[in-house]
Amino acid sequence: MKRLLLGLLGVAAFLLAAGPKAEAQTPKRGGNLNFAISAETPHYDCHASDTYATLHFSSPFYSTLLRYNLSKFPDVEGDLAKSWTVSPDKLTYTFTLHDGVKFHDGTPFTSADIKATYDRLRNPPKGVVSTRKATFADIDSIETPNPTTVIFKLKAVNSSMLDHFASPWNCVYSAKDLAADPTSPRTKINGTGPFVFVEHVKGSHVAGKRNENYFKKGLPYLDSYRGIFTLQAAAMLNALQGGQVLAEFRGVSPAERDRMIAAMGKNLRVEESSWTLNLLVLFNTEKPPFNDVRVRRALLMAIDRWGGSVGLSKISTLRAVGGVVRPGSPLATPEAELVKLPGFSKDIKAARAEARRLLKEAGQEHLKFTLWNRNLAMPYTPAGVFLVDQWRQIGVEVEHKQSDTAPYIAAMQSGNYEVAIDFSNLFNDDPTLSLTKFLSAKNNPLNLARYNDEEIDKYYELQLRESDIAKRKQYIQALEKRLFEQGYQQPLFWWHRIVLTNKKVMGWKMSPSHNLGQDLAEVWLNE
Amino acid sequence: MANAATTMSVNAAVTLPKRPNPILTFIRQQPMGAVSFVVIFIMMFAGLFPQLVAPYDPLGIDFAQILAAPSWDHLFGTDAYGRDILSRIIYGSRTALVIGFSSSLLGSSIGAVLGIASAYFGGRVDNWIQRFVDILLAFPIIVLALVVVAAIRKTVIYGVDVNLIIAIAIPIIPRVARVVRAAALSVSVMPYIDAARAAGYSDSRIIFRHMAPNVVAPFLIMFTAFIAQAILLEASLSFLGLGVTEPTAAWGLMLSGNAADFYREAPWMVIFPGVAISLAVFAFNLFGDSLRDYLDPRFKT
Repeated sequence: MKRLLLGLLGVAAFLLAAGPKAEAQTPKRGGNLNFAISAETPHYDCHASDTYATLHFSSPFYSTLLRYNLSKFPDVEGDLAKSWTVSPDKLTYTFTLHDGVKFHDGTPFTSADIKATYDRLRNPPKGVVSTRKATFADIDSIETPNPTTVIFKLKAVNSSMLDHFASPWNCVYSAKDLAADPTSPRTKINGTGPFVFVEHVKGSHVAGKRNENYFKKGLPYLDSYRGIFTLQAAAMLNALQGGQVLAEFRGVSPAERDRMIAAMGKNLRVEESSWTLNLLVLFNTEKPPFNDVRVRRALLMAIDRWGGSVGLSKISTLRAVGGVVRPGSPLATPEAELVKLPGFSKDIKAARAEARRLLKEAGQEHLKFTLWNRNLAMPYTPAGVFLVDQWRQIGVEVEHKQSDTAPYIAAMQSGNYEVAIDFSNLFNDDPTLSLTKFLSAKNNPLNLARYNDEEIDKYYELQLRESDIAKRKQYIQALEKRLFEQGYQQPLFWWHRIVLTNKKVMGWKMSPSHNLGQDLAEVWLNE
Repeated sequence: MANAATTMSVNAAVTLPKRPNPILTFIRQQPMGAVSFVVIFIMMFAGLFPQLVAPYDPLGIDFAQILAAPSWDHLFGTDAYGRDILSRIIYGSRTALVIGFSSSLLGSSIGAVLGIASAYFGGRVDNWIQRFVDILLAFPIIVLALVVVAAIRKTVIYGVDVNLIIAIAIPIIPRVARVVRAAALSVSVMPYIDAARAAGYSDSRIIFRHMAPNVVAPFLIMFTAFIAQAILLEASLSFLGLGVTEPTAAWGLMLSGNAADFYREAPWMVIFPGVAISLAVFAFNLFGDSLRDYLDPRFKT
């Protein structure tokens, strides 16, 4: 009897706890979501971009072939692809596409659109930039035997290929639009995504409304959304606190989190994760004196990363010290090895003495230069302030210049800078993705340091084709060593992601990358 | 004969009234003006020789001292990077003064020339200049500066953003032009101006050598008053992220950025730069007012 009573009490307690929760999780249709975007995209073209500002702007309008399942990250699932198969030799990927999908202008979506999109990604026509061109270099041919089947044939085995197909940057464009003008995605939006473009008011917002013909039935839940550009963190936090915006999906600093918890209490949802994102110190290797390896190495050796990470993690989103692969992930260089590389020594006094010696040897004892940086307060400003301080300690005078995202990126792409704070905006831990940035500039628009180094290219290729994890790790570490010894560019710190949302916002999923899960299809408002 | 001359000169020396010391007169007549001048002098000294006064490097990060409260080690506390706030305020006075003086001098000078030219030429020229002045006056001073600073890119020369100076100077021009024109109108009808015209002097010579010296009083008053405005404007623009950039020590900048995140835990991060801005603006305004009263002939009758 006692057991029965306890059992009944247990069942009742379970129902009481689960009942309202299950009810709260039932999505509600309708409503408008206002959320903050803390940078404004320089253009609309996902293929040419490397900033989240473009994805938070464009993702709701577009679909991709595959995507990440954020409930089981890093598992991959279909988006426009209903299913896929990989041949036993891993050289042929066959995708079956959803039927009855339409672009927002009414054009039916077919396999020809996938072919046109991936042809543009791997072999961009003149006047088109494909930032991740190198990641598709292994594609030999793309065949479209019928409107719902597309076959990718590879030249060589590439263990990262499914990850590349799931990249959020591979927005699928209409073949018809690309045939008329391959540059049109920079200024015109026509996708198959859950929302239809309404307007972009520069300096103010982007707006979208529900795509009534979206191919995933029942989605999206929202009637509309508005992404409001709030470049000042304080303005964004005030808007979140006041309910003018209900979320900011990129991330905030620990201090901002604490302030908002105090202000909003139980109305605020806080989610945290390590972040597949780092800031890098970047030298324009075409501009003297940064064409001298001694100068580059000296500047990297003067940075006290270990001390800096302790302080900066209290006031910014910067946290972990690491090499070219996210610290803590399986292929990352362990700390014991990392400290042997230039720029990562824990004996900062000795490192700075060596840095001064190198500068003297290079005839650059009174070096002065401009550090080019983005005017996003978090974490670019703390990183800039930190670097200026670190370099002053070896007698180097630095002018810190911050600018809006568009001129900042334009200056780096055109080589109109001396030293810059760059970012590596990843969406998974696959090393091929993070290492692409370091390939020689001749075939790689992502290489903003503008060097060509065959040794780095060789190690990249070796790790790409290697299926043995231990050997692959060796090649990655060899590439890292070469990169840091030459001092072309080097990660400064890896980030820590903290996302604040109003508890009314439901259905959005947290991940280690702010580039993922931004199509808003499953987001709804619990009002 | 020689003795008589000596006696006369001695008598004359005895009978002539003693010329009062203008500085002492200013202190006696305008004690608040004198106090404000002392504050300005201290600011100028700190701005010119900050390395003699500041206890720490204003850019030096010390993560062991993040958000340290005011103490004997750090009289005004430290900021989120562990930088000494007192040292940053001292070095910040240089930024405030350089931008305040330069923009006010530039704006007041251009405004004065426009005002005198407007009064001197009259007619259509006066009409055109005044309508232009009306258009500029229609915009609030901060809005006009914001538009200009957003429209022109930064040009840094010797650590000073020249375009920021121009952006702050532009809203000053119409205000000075309007006041100086009023003063110049009364000068332009003086007989010596007619005489200069009759003598065939060029317009520029009449404007710069005969009229300008006679409108120096309103010019000086406007110049000092607008230094305060310019300091406030520089602080506002820096606060909005359009002025100088980190890690430069500047008062407005000290109120923005990390200060917005940490002012609850570390109120000294905003109190002391705020007091510095208020004190500087108050001192320049008070000094300008005192100067106006001192130079105004109506107060001497």
